Amino acid sequence: MHGRPRKAPKPEEEAASVAKAQKLRALQTQFFSFHHNKIYTKEAVELSAKLLEINPESYTAWNYRKLAVEHYLSQPDCNPDLIKSVLDDELRVVENALRQNFKSYGAWHHRKWVISKGHSSVDNELRLLDKFQKADSRNFHAWNYRRFVAESMKRSEQDELKYTEDMIYKNFSNYSAWHNRSVLLSALFEKKAEGFLSKEKVLPEEYEFIHQAIFTDPDDQSGWFYHLWLLDQTVTTDSPLLASSWPGHGYDVLLVEDRCYNGSAFSPFTALHSDSGSFPIVLYFNQPVGGVSSSTVTVECGFNKNEDLLWKPLSASNSQTARVWVAHLKIPSSDLHSTVEVSVGHSKGIISTRGFEYSDPSMFSFKVHVQPMERGFSQVSVAESISLREENFKIYGTQSEESIINSFNQLSIKNGHESTASNWRSEALAKEIECFRELLSLMDCKIGKLTLARLLMAYDVMSYPFANKLVHSEEVLELYSDLMKLDPTHYQYYKDEHSMVLLQKYKDSVSSAICGPICLRLNNLSLSRMGAFEKLLWVQMLDLSDNELQSIEGLEAMQLLSCLSLRNNKLRSLTALEPLRKLKLLRVLDISYNQIGDHSIDTTRYLCSSPLSHSVGSESNKDETVTSDVALIDNWEAFYIFIDFNLNQLDIVGNTIADEKFKSVLVKIMPKLKQLDGKLLG
Amino acid sequence: MDDIPPYPPIDPTTFDLIVIGTGLPESIIAAASSTASKSVLHLDPNPFYGSHFSSLPLADLPSFLSSHSTSPSPPRSPSSDDPNEFSLLEFATRPLYSSIDISTFSPNLLDQHSRKFNLDVAGPRVFFCAEKSIELLLRTGTNQYMEFKSVDATFVGDNKGNLWSVPDSRAAIFKDKSLGLVEKNKLMRFFKLVQGHLAGEQDIKISEEDLQSPFVDFLNKMGLPPKIKSFILYAIAMADYDQEDTGVCRDLLKTKDGIDQLALYNASIGRFQNASGAFLYPIYGQGELSQAFCRRAAVKGCLYVLRMPVTALLVDKDTGCYKGVRLASGQDIFSQKLILDPTFKVTLPSGSSPPLPLKEKLPFFSLKDDKGKIARGICITKTSLKPDISNFLVVYPPRSLFPEQVTSIRLLQIASNLAVCLPGMFVLYISALCNDDDQGKKLIHAVMNTLLTVPLDSESNAAVQSETAENGSAVQDETSESSSGGPSDSGEEKPTLLWSALYSQELTLGQVDFICSTPMPDGKLNYNDLIDTTFKIFQEIYPGEEFFPETSLENPEGDGDASPET
Repeated sequence: MHGRPRKAPKPEEEAASVAKAQKLRALQTQFFSFHHNKIYTKEAVELSAKLLEINPESYTAWNYRKLAVEHYLSQPDCNPDLIKSVLDDELRVVENALRQNFKSYGAWHHRKWVISKGHSSVDNELRLLDKFQKADSRNFHAWNYRRFVAESMKRSEQDELKYTEDMIYKNFSNYSAWHNRSVLLSALFEKKAEGFLSKEKVLPEEYEFIHQAIFTDPDDQSGWFYHLWLLDQTVTTDSPLLASSWPGHGYDVLLVEDRCYNGSAFSPFTALHSDSGSFPIVLYFNQPVGGVSSSTVTVECGFNKNEDLLWKPLSASNSQTARVWVAHLKIPSSDLHSTVEVSVGHSKGIISTRGFEYSDPSMFSFKVHVQPMERGFSQVSVAESISLREENFKIYGTQSEESIINSFNQLSIKNGHESTASNWRSEALAKEIECFRELLSLMDCKIGKLTLARLLMAYDVMSYPFANKLVHSEEVLELYSDLMKLDPTHYQYYKDEHSMVLLQKYKDSVSSAICGPICLRLNNLSLSRMGAFEKLLWVQMLDLSDNELQSIEGLEAMQLLSCLSLRNNKLRSLTALEPLRKLKLLRVLDISYNQIGDHSIDTTRYLCSSPLSHSVGSESNKDETVTSDVALIDNWEAFYIFIDFNLNQLDIVGNTIADEKFKSVLVKIMPKLKQLDGKLLG
Repeated sequence: MDDIPPYPPIDPTTFDLIVIGTGLPESIIAAASSTASKSVLHLDPNPFYGSHFSSLPLADLPSFLSSHSTSPSPPRSPSSDDPNEFSLLEFATRPLYSSIDISTFSPNLLDQHSRKFNLDVAGPRVFFCAEKSIELLLRTGTNQYMEFKSVDATFVGDNKGNLWSVPDSRAAIFKDKSLGLVEKNKLMRFFKLVQGHLAGEQDIKISEEDLQSPFVDFLNKMGLPPKIKSFILYAIAMADYDQEDTGVCRDLLKTKDGIDQLALYNASIGRFQNASGAFLYPIYGQGELSQAFCRRAAVKGCLYVLRMPVTALLVDKDTGCYKGVRLASGQDIFSQKLILDPTFKVTLPSGSSPPLPLKEKLPFFSLKDDKGKIARGICITKTSLKPDISNFLVVYPPRSLFPEQVTSIRLLQIASNLAVCLPGMFVLYISALCNDDDQGKKLIHAVMNTLLTVPLDSESNAAVQSETAENGSAVQDETSESSSGGPSDSGEEKPTLLWSALYSQELTLGQVDFICSTPMPDGKLNYNDLIDTTFKIFQEIYPGEEFFPETSLENPEGDGDASPET
């Protein structure tokens, strides 16, 4: 039961508990001897029942009973009557055990097992459940079991939905009931059942319903959880969509093989330096998908065969699903002016993690120009150190440059989004926004503020998919700033969300560059999290210095990055650099003045699935002699992270880890490194 | 009652206490005194228990009311020539009821089954599940003599006949269809504030200044919209007078008292598992309560004699001290103390004033300030005012029916499942405080006209009949009984009145200042105030005695379960 303070046991209660333990121990000893000797006599089975009545948590006893049942059922003289009586006995034992503790996992599981045998009446189960759910309407075991029973007896979702409604009317602080409602509705949506054909009709009614709970008692969590589910149902489209790509539709991509290009007719945004003989095509989906391959994505160009293209998912977990997929086109050595056409999803196979098929076939094309290498010149540029310091950049502040970026962003996401941006979704969001503004006008409510912020963001994204600035960003930023003050416990979460909004706001307005590649400056914004990658696929130089980043998750999507500054952030471990392993073009990295090595225990390894545990994907074949080096064994994390890097230039000064010994290890791992902490390497 | 049977003599003839009248306060005092090992004689001139708190058969109610509506005939014999050492002060009764108005629209049907009805004389009345009387019942074990059922809901009525359910709990607010989201939020926050205050949470304490201010001002300060204010004031705190018109409001509720009322209401909801609402009603009517305490007293040795009128008070000729009473049988019975039903009065020999020592010996209890009268109405119908629900309370806040309505009107519908009427019928109890009989009638009629179809008389009855005939609805019998007896075919039609009794009851009678009188039925919905006053009377007559000490529990094995029948 809920909300009942625990009382210190009285002496007589303690005495009773000791007596009970003694009795239990005696029973248990005898039980184990029966169990080990596989004795399934009536008397032995009775004993296990006695034990379970006192202690329903004894899962060994449950298993023993299962064995006993199997034993009886396998007897040659077994007949339907006997089966029934054996199984009825089991149900009775479970019921008694549940009376003792109706939150016993073992007991509920045993009941499921017995019912699954298919010899017992399921109708009876519903009656039993009504009893238990009356005693504690929030008991999630009972709700779980109810779903099982409802399914076994083919009770309609509509009937069960009605049941949740009744339970909610009795007490709306019942997350189990709301949860069951979301499960049932999901099933009905999927079935496209009568009256549940469209979310368009059902969701507004559900919003109306949950408003009653939220407004009546905003302090109750269950309503908010259900609202969050509704919001998710409103904003997510079932089938995955292509959110953006690089190159975008209509791009003129200039590939230069050295760092300085002289094709002034091309925009600096699409000029790409590549020394690896290939360039990436990046597909960014709005949700993780699997099944991207040369059969589901067709790339038509004059210089590569579609079948040769290998699509790889970019995800931290090395799973076969990801939001970002990349393939590399080989650059022919000669002069080239060619058009590339990419068709996505014209044949089936791209499937979201939730099982929905990509259903929005789209096509984009771009032109590729290859500028042959000017000999001699590149030698100079390689030796030259790249600095992201501000004085080296000119500001791209003019209107014309901004509009270029804008147009790119628009082009890159123009793949038929209009068709899916349904009106009812944004209408529903607008209604919700109005509703929660009203709630906040009545009272101060943290979760209300958070919900409003989420709603505003979702609304902006949905209603103005092509706008560069979010209409409500100022308001959302203010909400998150408020929340950071009101609710310090969850400061970091709000800070992260705040950063995401900030990014939306800044990403297009500050761009500066020197001599070729565009640098996006997002420095000194007190960002704690990085995001909006789908709109930053074009970025080659990124300045994230002087922020508060603890993680750079998702950065792997920025396949064009050649130059990255993470100077003066809050990165705490080498494993935090994991996303960088996938950036094949990265040559210059500044991770100076972070907190790497401050914490002897890398907590990220416990929080996230360890990146190193799936590092088998390492592409390098370092010879044994390197890996057997003692210094490397001591620094195996550094080894795994840096082994795949193709860095020319690294700054790591100002981290605890970066002592001279460590630096010498780095030099060993990355023989191509030209410059470390500003010093040229011999 | 006319033919008084020959009285058997009562033995013994001396008691610690004589109680006359078996109304609730008298019955409780009799039970409490018996429990305190006093010898008690409990008399009632009526052949039934409960006097003004009783539940009566349909035919008996009018005669009971009218017997208490006129001053009785002058004393049969002058008293002063008694040969003994006592002076005789003749008893008389004073009229309690006035403007009695009984209307029967279905005489045959009701007359034949008069005894199937148990009509409360002092209705409408309910028990809050957490009120003092329930505590008293549980503490004394008296609950074993009674059974209760839940009054399932409270509604607020308007002049169009709508009944709006009162969002009186968290679940009810959530479920309510008539409140907007903002209203729900404000109301629930107010409830939480009150709960927090009552729970003694430091950060949500209501200031002392607010507690002393009028409740209505506090509600305004909390920004509650008029509709919710009205719910709280009249349907939960049960305020009687228009709280927003200080000109007419004789009982302006303070925040402190309002909060206490809310606390009582809140504690009442869900107190008993099978009572869904805040109120209980006893099976067989409210008269059961007095009777239950009489049984409790009898178990403790109290002697009961019904049908025993008392004619005179015996006082010591020299000292003027109370000595005893003379019964209608002629027997004189003596006691230390006397408790009287409030309708009794003592006629003093003309020109004389009560001897001084009497004044000091007998405490004088006056009820609270003069509250005028209470208009009561009892109606019987064949259909419920609201489909699917049979036992419920309706409150008409001041000015909800007509502009001059300055007091709340309360209506309680009780169905036959509480054994108060014929199966399939419903009894409606209506009451409102008023200054005079005319005003009272107007208030009761306003409710009846809003909710019921009232067949005016035989002539208009015919008119109604022809109207229905024109509409081509079901063929009606020619006899007026059946036409008025059967409810209309149309589901939307208001219930038709079968029988009604309207009367006004005095709330205060001129007190005889040397007689210890119990309070008469008050204008409240519950028994709280009556229990308080009764307790004070007991303390006054037996200052050293505990009022039902804890140990007096009859059946210690009983777990004090007063939960009603489902």
